[in-house]
Amino acid sequence: MGLDTRAADTGVSFNPSQQESWVTTRLDFLVNWGRANSLWPMPFGTACCAIEFMATAASKFDLARFGMERMSFSPRQADVLICAGRVPFKLAPVIRRIWQQMPQPKWSIAMGACASTGNGIFDNYAVVQGIDTIIPVDVYVPGCPPRPEALMYGIMMLQKKIMNERMADRSLRHEMEPDPTSKLYIPPALIDEMSENFGNSVHQTRSGL
Amino acid sequence: MSEPSFLPVLAGHANAGDAPAPTTPKKVPHQGGAVNPGAAALEARFPGAVHRVDVVWGETTVIVAREQLADIVRWLHDDPSQRYDYCSDITAVEFRDMERPIEVVWHLRSIPFRRFIRLKVLLTKGEPLVVPSVYGVYRGADWLERECYDMFGIRFEGHPDLRRLLMWEQYKEGFPLRKDFPLRGRFSRSEQLRQILAQNPEAKYSMEELSVIDAFEDLPPDMRQRLGKGEQVGE
Repeated sequence: MGLDTRAADTGVSFNPSQQESWVTTRLDFLVNWGRANSLWPMPFGTACCAIEFMATAASKFDLARFGMERMSFSPRQADVLICAGRVPFKLAPVIRRIWQQMPQPKWSIAMGACASTGNGIFDNYAVVQGIDTIIPVDVYVPGCPPRPEALMYGIMMLQKKIMNERMADRSLRHEMEPDPTSKLYIPPALIDEMSENFGNSVHQTRSGL
Repeated sequence: MSEPSFLPVLAGHANAGDAPAPTTPKKVPHQGGAVNPGAAALEARFPGAVHRVDVVWGETTVIVAREQLADIVRWLHDDPSQRYDYCSDITAVEFRDMERPIEVVWHLRSIPFRRFIRLKVLLTKGEPLVVPSVYGVYRGADWLERECYDMFGIRFEGHPDLRRLLMWEQYKEGFPLRKDFPLRGRFSRSEQLRQILAQNPEAKYSMEELSVIDAFEDLPPDMRQRLGKGEQVGE
């Protein structure tokens, strides 16, 4: 026991000249594989969806299987923003700021009906009608609140989406601010005129920003 | 033997020694029933200030004059025969009937006597909605009055820091719980979003709450002036 000298042959040997020690793959695949399997979520839980989110992260459903066991409570180290619950207007600039503080590459999941659309029953003066009016959303998880299985299905959808991304596609990660001098710029009034109302609220317009 | 610095408060300890143990009352009538003795004491102490006394579901409601409300609450709190030492709620009620006045409601509880009394002041619509603040009597009335101001626009005269509590301070659309307030607010959704996203998140809070000195320049001028008068900024 203890400090015995190691046996001469431990069973594992490695000789690059005798083995095929390398593989070829696409860089996209490798990077996306790494990203998809180590998503660090930034939980933005405001309501009952956050309870289901906690259940998802706890041992029975075990979010760690997806490489997400590390809740990132700082947006600086987060990859995916999971908005669980309704967002009142008072929180709108806060979630916007958190999203802006997250480094690229970043994704977001709108968990539950409130974060996705405002849920109808909260179509009032205080609640944002879907966080997609504030930040871009990759996956919407329906439910009120969604079961942990539903959230995990949404996460797996996000993983599939990440696996299909291409690094050469710069537009994915390019954040644009509206540029009124551009020829592509459409003023908000014209957007509202051309598009229809959406979401649960008849007062919800596309030019929300 | 020295007096202990803290005495535990037993509910009902000021009642006479042979007072029966408290039980849940049964078969409480909707109207009528036993009147809180505080109501008669109020009428004797403040003649003319008590407009009406109702007993609904066993709880006494006293409708009082606005001018004397501060004195009434102070007396209910201080008088050894009343000792209403807990203000459990301050709120307001508005009815759809335009003729019916807005009611401001104070819920007071006397823990030593195990009594409950509800004070109401009627405010006519169209006139300034002003009632005296009871912050000097109950320190816990601070946020209750701020919430009531935020939701109904009732000004509590004498409150040291009457500003919005639930909605942000720059909220321009009015008072959400008033009957003339549309459910979805006065502005369009895009205008609401534009206004809220134009704000600095730290500027929605006062420096007493967040101690973020960076947001000072983004605060509205009246807040800047109020906070700039040498109030301490926490570390």
